[in-house]
Amino acid sequence: MTGTTTEVILDILIIVLLLFGTFFILSATIGVIRFPDVYTRLHASTKAATLGIAGIMIGAFIFLYTELNMISGKLILGIIFVLLTAPVSAHMLGRAAHQLGVMPWTKTGSEVKDAFAESKKRK
Amino acid sequence: MPLQLIINLIIAIMWMFLSESYTFVSFFSGFLIGALLLFVLRRFIPDAFYLHRGWKMLCLVFLFIKELLLSNIDIVKWVYRPGKNYRPGIFELPTDLRSNWEITILTSLISLTPGTLSVAVSDDNQKIYVHAMDIEDSEIAISAIKDTFEKAIMEVTR
Repeated sequence: MTGTTTEVILDILIIVLLLFGTFFILSATIGVIRFPDVYTRLHASTKAATLGIAGIMIGAFIFLYTELNMISGKLILGIIFVLLTAPVSAHMLGRAAHQLGVMPWTKTGSEVKDAFAESKKRK
Repeated sequence: MPLQLIINLIIAIMWMFLSESYTFVSFFSGFLIGALLLFVLRRFIPDAFYLHRGWKMLCLVFLFIKELLLSNIDIVKWVYRPGKNYRPGIFELPTDLRSNWEITILTSLISLTPGTLSVAVSDDNQKIYVHAMDIEDSEIAISAIKDTFEKAIMEVTR
């Protein structure tokens, strides 16, 4: 009896983790569509997507461990590499966009505050 | 520090041979025993206990995970809130960190924290340009980054 209850709890945990991950990836996608410019879209795609991938990978890890009784190191490595590479690629994309002269979006009527462009002008 | 690491590895390998099971598990338990021995005998060994730095690194990782969760909840709020009630902009963040590694870690942490995204680093490594979802509270963001991340990174690297 105890064996089945723990199995049920683990199944619920797996389901919750997978739903959690998918929800964040869905939000990231909606954010990419809804936000107005490159930089705000990068906000959505880097942050929410990393946590979404981490949730799905942890769910898959627990599933493989309970069902097939194997510890999958690849999934853990996947999480670590996504965490390492996502901010770097976002930084590079943002920098490249700024080098091409893309201005940050602001509400119509208000002035853009852009310290980076000001510092470039000063040189 | 390298001396302590070598002692620890030797103890781990000795433990592996003594228990005559050449697996990762016995190596790891030997490593833990070695770390415990070094911790107990830390008064007689030159330099500070080397895993102290490892502990600080673990603290940094936990801080990172906490901030990642918070930032995700934050960005989800931005995504589902109707209307465009935010005012993005780029502000500059003066930093005390100097080496390339420290700045790389700091920019990655900034990118994965609530409402901020690092866009560029100035040529003299003194300022980081950060894109914020809401430029109004950039002062709060600057002080938060300086208080938590810079301190945590400095504790690991120095």
